[in-house]
Parts: sequence; C-alpha cells; structure tokens
Amino acid sequence: MPVDRLATGCQPLGFWDGMGLWEQWGINFFPRLGDTMCRAMGGATPGGIPDWLIFAILGLAGAFAVVNVAMLGVPYVILLERKLLGRFQHRVGPNRVGFFGLLQPMADGIKLMTKEDITPRVADKLVFSLAPLVFVVPVLLMFAPLPWAPHAVLADLDVGILYIVAVTSAAEIGVFMGGWSSNNKFSLFGAMRVVALVVSYEIPLVLAIVGVVMLTGSLNLAAIVEGQRFVPNLLWQPLGFIVFMIAVSAELNRAPFDLLEADSELVSGFHTEYSGMKWGVIQIGEYAAIIGFSGIIATLFLSGWKGPAPMPGYLWFVLKMGMIISGFIWVRATIPRLRVDQIMNLGWKFLLPLALINIFVTAGEILAYPDGLPVWLIPVNFAFAAIVVAVAARLLGIQGQPRQVVPAPPVFETMASS
Amino acid sequence: MYGEGILKGMAVTLKHLFKKPVTVQYPEERAPMFPRFRGYEFVWYEDRCTGCASCAKYCPLGTIRIETETEPDPNVGDRYGLKVFDIDTGRCMFCGLCVEACPYDALFMGTGFERATYTRPSMVVHIDELRAAKKKPSAYARPHLHGINFEDETSLSSEEAGR
Amino acid sequence: MTLKTEPITVNIGPQHPSTHGVFRLRVAFDGEVIQDVEPVFGYLHRGSEKLAEERTYTQVVTLTDRLDYVAPMTSNQAYVLAVERLMGIEAPERGQYIRVMMAELMRIASHLMMIGFFLQDMGAFGTPLMYTFREREDILDLFEMVCGARITVTYMRVGGVQADLPPEFTPALERFLAKIPGQIDDLEQLLSGNEILIARTKNVGLLSAEAAINGSVTGPALRASGVDWDLRKSDPYEIYDQLEFDVPIGENGDNYDRFVLRLEEMRQSVRIVRQCKEQMPGGPHRLELPMLLRPPAGDAYGRVEAPKGELGFYLVSDGSIAPYRCAIRSPSFINLTVLRDMLIGWKLADMVTIFGSLDVNMGEVDR
Repeated sequence: MPVDRLATGCQPLGFWDGMGLWEQWGINFFPRLGDTMCRAMGGATPGGIPDWLIFAILGLAGAFAVVNVAMLGVPYVILLERKLLGRFQHRVGPNRVGFFGLLQPMADGIKLMTKEDITPRVADKLVFSLAPLVFVVPVLLMFAPLPWAPHAVLADLDVGILYIVAVTSAAEIGVFMGGWSSNNKFSLFGAMRVVALVVSYEIPLVLAIVGVVMLTGSLNLAAIVEGQRFVPNLLWQPLGFIVFMIAVSAELNRAPFDLLEADSELVSGFHTEYSGMKWGVIQIGEYAAIIGFSGIIATLFLSGWKGPAPMPGYLWFVLKMGMIISGFIWVRATIPRLRVDQIMNLGWKFLLPLALINIFVTAGEILAYPDGLPVWLIPVNFAFAAIVVAVAARLLGIQGQPRQVVPAPPVFETMASS
Repeated sequence: MYGEGILKGMAVTLKHLFKKPVTVQYPEERAPMFPRFRGYEFVWYEDRCTGCASCAKYCPLGTIRIETETEPDPNVGDRYGLKVFDIDTGRCMFCGLCVEACPYDALFMGTGFERATYTRPSMVVHIDELRAAKKKPSAYARPHLHGINFEDETSLSSEEAGR
Repeated sequence: MTLKTEPITVNIGPQHPSTHGVFRLRVAFDGEVIQDVEPVFGYLHRGSEKLAEERTYTQVVTLTDRLDYVAPMTSNQAYVLAVERLMGIEAPERGQYIRVMMAELMRIASHLMMIGFFLQDMGAFGTPLMYTFREREDILDLFEMVCGARITVTYMRVGGVQADLPPEFTPALERFLAKIPGQIDDLEQLLSGNEILIARTKNVGLLSAEAAINGSVTGPALRASGVDWDLRKSDPYEIYDQLEFDVPIGENGDNYDRFVLRLEEMRQSVRIVRQCKEQMPGGPHRLELPMLLRPPAGDAYGRVEAPKGELGFYLVSDGSIAPYRCAIRSPSFINLTVLRDMLIGWKLADMVTIFGSLDVNMGEVDR
C-alpha cells in the first residue's frame, strides 16, 4: 500500500501530520492529516496522481506554509518590538493604525512598496540589487529543519543544526555585498565590520552548540528536542546558554552588537543607500533571522515543542520564541553598543574560552555519568557557570584598545579647504 | 560582580514596562496650556487701539504692519482710524514684546496653538480676521487675567478683558 | 608587488545623526582609527551679533534665546547682566533670585539633554533619551508657566524678569523638586554602573587639565579634567554667593567623568533651586525702566556659568538705543577648539561619544 509507506517515511506527509496532532497529550484533532491529504489527492488509488507529484505538492505546500509563517511573523515581531520598546521607554508605541496599532505593519508594508526605489548612480547595480536577496534567502532556508511540533519538520535533516549554522553564515555575504556595492563609505564601514563580527562570533556559536549535541548525541533538531526528557537543556548547559545567547545577539546584529548598523555612528551602516522594498527585504531578513534563531534557541535549550501544560506543540514553540524575542528587545532597550575592538575582545578572549570550558566540563560530566546526569548537577552547573563567568570577566572583560598613537602628519593641510 | 551594572539597568527598564506611559494622545487628549501661554490668535480690541504703532515699533522682526488714517469723527479726537493691522504670524516668534509695549492694553497674546495652514500668505492675520476672531486673551503681561477659564465659545469683550 | 594604503576620508555631517545639529567633520580614517579631523562649521550662522546691532536693548533678548536653544534662560541671563553692568544698575533681589532659579532649572534641563544624547550616541537605543526628555518636559512646563513659552522664553529683562512668578508655580516646583532626585538616581542606575558604558567611556577621550586650560575650555568639560573653575564660585554673580552648593570636580578628564559630573551638577542645581525657593524674598521683581534703554557710552562684559561653560556678552554702547557692538563668547564654540586633539587616535565609535561628551550646541557655535 503506497499510503502507509508514505506516512511512515515521507517528510512532507510527516510535516502535515505533525501540525494536526496534539500527539504528546493523546489528543488527536486531525488524525494523520498528511495521509488524509494524500488520499484526497488520490494517492492510494492505482492510476491516480503519481506518488512523486504528491510528495512534491505537499512538500511545496509545507514550504510555502513555513515561509509564510516566517514572513507574516516579521511584521508582527517588528510591531512587538516597537510596542515593547515604547513601553520600556515609558511611552506607548504605535497605536494609531487599527486596534492597538495592529494594522501598523500593513501600513508600513504599503508605504515601503509604494516608495521610490533609489539606486545610487555610482553603485554596482547588479550586486546592489542582488544583495537583499542574498541576505534574505539563507535566513528563510534556516526554517526548513525547525521542528514546530512532533514530526512537523519540513526537512528532517540528520545534520540539522550543522545545516543551520552553515546556511545562516551565508547571509552575511549579502550584507557585505550590499555594503560594498553601495559605494558609500558608511556602508563600507558597516560591511567591513560585519565580516569581522561574523568571523569572530561563528566560532563560539558553534562551540556552544557542541555541548548540547554531546548531551543528545545527535545533530538532528527533532532528536535534540526528544532528548530533553524531563528538563530543558538550559539546566544542564547554563554556560553554553550564556555563550550561545551572546553569540546569537552578535550573529543577529542586535544590540549591543549592532555596530554594522550603528545609527549614531554609521547613519545606518550597510543599508544606508537602500530604500523602498529593497530596504524592506533587508528588514524582513533581519527580523526573520531573529524569529529563526529564537526558534533554534528554543529547540536547543528550552526543549522546543514540549511544555508542562497541554497545548499543541507549535503553540509551545511559538510561545518560547516570543519570550526569547522579548528578551532580545529588552536587552536592546537597555544596553549601549560596544566598540569594534571591544567586540573582538569579547568574542575571542571571553566567549571562546568559555565555550571551550563548557565543552570540556560537559564531556567530563557525560563520561562520569553515562546513564544520564544526576539532578544535583543542575545547581552545581549554575554555580560553576556563575563562577567561570565572573572570573573570566574579571580577568578579560571587554577592555578595548587604548588610544593609538598617530605619528603621521595631518592629512588636512588647511583648515579652510572646504 | 561583573554584569551587575547591566542587570541594574535592565531592572530599571523592566520597572518602566509596568508604568503607565506618559504620552499624551494629542488630538483626543490635550495637555493644559498655562494662562500665560503665548499663543496664536492674537486678541486685539479695536476700541482701545489708538493706532500708535508701539507694537510695530517694538517687534524685533517687524511683523506688524499698521496703516492709519485720520479719524473722520471729530468727537473721538485722540486716536487714528485704522486701515491696516496685519500680523505676519509666519515670521512672528511670539516673544510677546508687542503686548508688553502696548500702552493701552489693546493687544493680547492668544491662547490657541492650532493654526496650521497650507500657504504662507494665509499666515498673515489681517485686520478683519482680528476683528472677527474669538477673543481668548492670554495672561501674558496682563496679570489680572490670571485664572480665567475659557470655554469653547467664550469671547471676552474689552470690558471683560480689563486693564 | 607592494601594496599601498592610504587613509579613507569620510565626510561626517552636516547631516548626521550624532553631530547634534549641522556640524561637519572631515575625518581621515586608517581602518577605524582616526588619523586627522577637520571640523567645519558655520552651517547655522544667522549673524546674531550683527543683528543685535540693529535691535534695541530689549529686543536683543529674543536673539539670545536662539543662541543655545537648549539653554535659553542662561543666554538671557548673560545678556541682561551685561546690559545691567553697562548701565550700572542691579536687579532687585527678588528678580535675581528668580533669575538664578530659572538658570539652575535650565542647567538641569540642558544636562538632561546632554546625558540623553550622549547615551544615545553610545547606542543605548532611545531609552535614556526618552527618560531624560520626560523629565525635561516638567522643567519646560515650569517655564511655560512663568513666561508663556517653553524654549524661546524671552523671560529676563534688563533690571529683573518679565513677570513675577504665578501662583501655581510654587506647588508645581515643589512637585518637581520632590520627583527629580529619584529620577536622576534612576538615570544613574540605568547606565552609569553598566560595564559596557564604563568600557566605552573610562579613559576614553582624555583631556588633560593643561590642554583644557590652553584651549580655554570652560564648564563641565574643564571641571571634569580636575580644574576647579566655576564662575558661580570663582566670580559670583547675582546671588550665588548667598547660596550653598558644591562644585563637583572630575579626576581624569575622560568621557566617564564628564558624564558623571553632569549627573552630580544636576543634583547641586536641585539644591540651589530648593534654596532659592526657600529664601525667595518679597518685593518687586523688576526695576521700573523704560522699554527703550539708552545706556551711557562705554563697554561692559557680562558672563555667567552656562550649562556648557562660560557664556559672555561683550557690549559696546555709543549711547543710542541699540548696542554699537555685541560680541558673544560662546562656550560651545571655544570648547570645540580641543576637539581635534581629543579625537586623533581614537576610533570612529569614540568620535561620536567624545563629541557628545563635550556637549556642543550648534546654535551657539555658529551664532
């Protein structure tokens, strides 16, 4: 029977199955949604639509759904950010368009689409137009292996987390392309900064994941969620969580690492010259990356779709993502930006050793207790993380370089040359 | 402990998250204007004005234009008839020196602030507009007006406005 | 093959988010490090000094509002002090008390704005700015109460102030005084202990006491370098010698000192305002003078400690109704003379914070 084979092995079917289930609580609203859809298309009948076409249709439909969830999430994450920033700053935030400003994203979108799309005369036009796409596509690819609910994975890759790390670092090429091709010095500064930033922060980012992967023994994201049986990984990996959060903030170019946009220094960094929907696409890329990475944090450290109360898995997942996004916004509302050299220091001298220590300690714990870590390790882990962070910060901190001696003669000969 | 300062700062922002915002939702709510507010809609009492042009002289920018003619009525005597009394509010900086200079208390600052227009010529307040305007004088340089409350339809006559 | 490197010249301003107005800097960068700086200004030149020659002594007060539009009250005060010296008169005591009170409220407002923008330049996204503007709003409300305008106050007059305090002023001031110390503490708690802020400001933008004195720097920028020079103490004008307050002094002359010193100065200003309110004498607020003043021929220099430094007006009179010459010593302009030496060797990100920590107002620089 082709359908049974499909239902067990086919990922597009699995994705639709998973979205319909409250499987973990034994409640089943849409039993085997994927199967049903497959049958409705005549998958089981001889002489109907061929199997591969059904896979393709259901797979594309799944991809369409996930990408659209991400894209629709973006305006509302922006709205959430603006509302929350407003409240953190003792003001209201957008509230004129629609009820509570809920239509504000629509208004913004319409404004961006109808705005004139300016390409600077001296820009490299092809690269300039391509950069937003190169920026946004890898971010959208990141959503493929995210487990929204049990089985609800679009691409259940065995190397899921590795794939995500690989794909997301490609987005920075888009940033660099945009900054370079704009032919603007501020953009160039932003582009150069992002290269330095990403090279430095990819490493602690990946190393922080290693601890989690060792605990689970798998790179598969769904397996990582399943592996967090009773408590989320956060409790076993507080140090890894801290390192990962800081590295992710840098990867997302969020405060306090937003120095490639740095509105007070670089006007707006690499997208200074962008306008209209090209700028809009860059914004979508940035905020989709925030959604995606908060999904990854939820998966790796907060046990993904699982939760202590009966709710559908994807609701738990989205709830955890929302909490993480709010945390990012809170940080943005409070903390000033670091300087370039301080960021490099933080990345190489603080995060990297911490991530390595985390790997060694986790490995030791797993070696000592191969049948599962004992509960008393949780407070020990936390105490250890606090001590290590405090000591490392005291020793290394974020001190930057001192003032540099400029021996060169003045570049500007006259003060009245303008 | 390192990071304490950051945590303290985060606590301050978190505290503000649960406070009521201070924003005034302008078209629906209005912040109260104080009685001395120097605003638009200059109040001008023609019966008091003698056309002496003190206000025009004391205006640092020369925004007030006054043209007079001899008063046709011989019984009035000590005043000129006014042909033109234009205040170019597009150039006015609302310093209030004209009001202070007026020796007959004929000119008052207004209390309004909503007079956006589309053209510069329409920002010039002409004598007819000044005559017809609702008279809601500000207490600026006229301390006796302190504490008067203006309803929407109030318009003070020159007797009510006092000296 | 040999590779050649050359500094990249970036034109920062006149329209740039953190040049606080229309200020332009031509900066040569080697990577992120500043090699050379050339400040270019004059974009906001309105010819205030020349305009003053065409206006009567009373009308010039309106021009002084527009010099330092962040602190108009102190500009008014400096000007009327110069005219009073020219005429050899002195305002009645109540007038002087009101003036000092207003000047100190203005100092709080100006420092609040500086702190907000300084932290904004550092990248704290809007939050400190919103908090400081919220508190500044209360001060502007007080100004609106006494003189009918919030920014362009035109409140002080030769021989006193334009109007006496209205009856609703004292309760409003008391409410404000009860609230502001807590809010300054909040502001301090928000960021001054923050490790990132300390890393960004400590030992950054050092200005030695010598360099500051050589550059005629005045105000908080000078005091942060450790020089005890405050005109309110060193050359007391009006009633400052009857008031009790401390002049905070910095140690290193770095960004952090300039920032923290302003927080402390705000606390001292609150103290002064409180004393003014308690000691406020009765009597007239203003001398009976004609609106057209004719000071005797001669010259006079009136100076005050403005929030940004020593603000002076040098007036020459030929006995007519308008000043023959009015020269303005604006602290923002003179404090900028040390900017180039302070910037070279620091990074792009430090440029905006150092510039912000000097607290320069372009309306006053270009006059």
